[in-house]
Amino acid sequence: MIKAKNLSKHFGKIHAVKDLNFFVNDSSTLALLGSNGAGKTTTLMLLMGILKPTIGEVTILNHNVYNSRKMVSRKINFASPFVELPHRLTVKQNLTVYGHLYGVNNLDKKIDQLTVDLDLGDLLDRRVGKLSTGQKTRVSLAKALINDPKILFLDEPTASLDPDLADWIRTYLEKYQSKTKATIILASHNMPEVERLCSNVLIMKKGEVVDKGSPKKLIKHYGRTNLEEVFLTIARKE
Amino acid sequence: MLLRHLYLFMCSWPRVLELIYWPFLNMTLWAFLSKYLSENSNIFVIASGVLIASVIMWDTLFRGQLGVTLSFIEELWSRNLGNIAVSPLKPYELICSLIFASFLRTLIGVGGAGLAAFLLFDFQFPEVGIGFLLFFVNLLIMGWALGLAICALLIRFGLSAETLAWAALFFIQPLCGVFYPITVLPEWLQPLSLVIPATYIFEGMRLTYFEGVFEISLLIKAFLINMGELPQIKLSKNNNNQA
Repeated sequence: MIKAKNLSKHFGKIHAVKDLNFFVNDSSTLALLGSNGAGKTTTLMLLMGILKPTIGEVTILNHNVYNSRKMVSRKINFASPFVELPHRLTVKQNLTVYGHLYGVNNLDKKIDQLTVDLDLGDLLDRRVGKLSTGQKTRVSLAKALINDPKILFLDEPTASLDPDLADWIRTYLEKYQSKTKATIILASHNMPEVERLCSNVLIMKKGEVVDKGSPKKLIKHYGRTNLEEVFLTIARKE
Repeated sequence: MLLRHLYLFMCSWPRVLELIYWPFLNMTLWAFLSKYLSENSNIFVIASGVLIASVIMWDTLFRGQLGVTLSFIEELWSRNLGNIAVSPLKPYELICSLIFASFLRTLIGVGGAGLAAFLLFDFQFPEVGIGFLLFFVNLLIMGWALGLAICALLIRFGLSAETLAWAALFFIQPLCGVFYPITVLPEWLQPLSLVIPATYIFEGMRLTYFEGVFEISLLIKAFLINMGELPQIKLSKNNNNQA
């Protein structure tokens, strides 16, 4: 379970995140929604223990994430198209380096399994810097799954992907979660994706949570036909 | 992380050659100048090799600093820092890996230049035992400390501070008396020189060449000032926590 209590982060006079309180049940998927600058990425960083909160705390698997970072970080992982792997290293070298960083047992076997699951066979000996966006996304996902994380953080996992590959990634994530019972925290601007994958949504605006609930509940509450309309209603409201 | 840096070295021979190229070029230039001076100046006849030793030791300091900073910048260039920050890697482990990469770079670069100086110019370090080696160790420690300070600035200010990686040490160069004793500096500048560990190393190196004396007090002074830099490593560590 993930629990955020009175979570705030200030950068000087800028209050990037203000007094967040929420919890995420095991094996569920939570989406963080919001316009650019709403505080989604800062929230992700706080949840992963990369940023220290100004006020409040985050508990992951019953441990304070900031104080027990080493222990917690072995059980979580992260993928984002905005964070890449070393360009000059091959895919296999990258997976080997990160496998060692996460202390993965039977690393060769794990890499073989990810190679099959994410169709990386032809990419293993190619340098990451030479891959296409779609290929980099799959490799990044492989890195994020190298340690079989109990909690997977994804920042816009299908941004810049063609609809076919984006659908392939979503299907893969659905299968992965049903197989491993992992918890997924997702920051996304893609509303159909959120409706499909997420059991709960936090909608953020100017660092604060302005509404939360399941996609169905939010659509019903705002009297709209889909989550995108809900998002626009909230985003355009003064 | 050590593996990550080894992979990087192994994947590109031009990068390894580049490591040797600049120290070699620098050494060659000063070796020819040294040869010319030794034919025309009595002082260099007495202590031939002092200029080559100066340039090799300067390169040890420079490559030591650059090795730490460039290995870190490599993570920024490839936008990999987020992945590292999320991983279980501790700040001190990251620092150790940067130091390892720097040591490897310096060994290849300066070692190559030193070997070339020996083969082409019959250059030899004075035979004063392990003490002279400790001069190099102290130069490396200073280079690493400065490199980590620049990494902290890179975390704070991003790649806009990248120029510091190349330029920072050259600000210190005139002050620490690489090629001349600091007594030639204006009096008001000399106190500034005395807080730089490298000043004592270069002074000690010249003393060894010109007078054949290994002055251990200079080594101790350099070491003590270097130890004073440890809180700065702690600062880098704290900044890494906030990355």
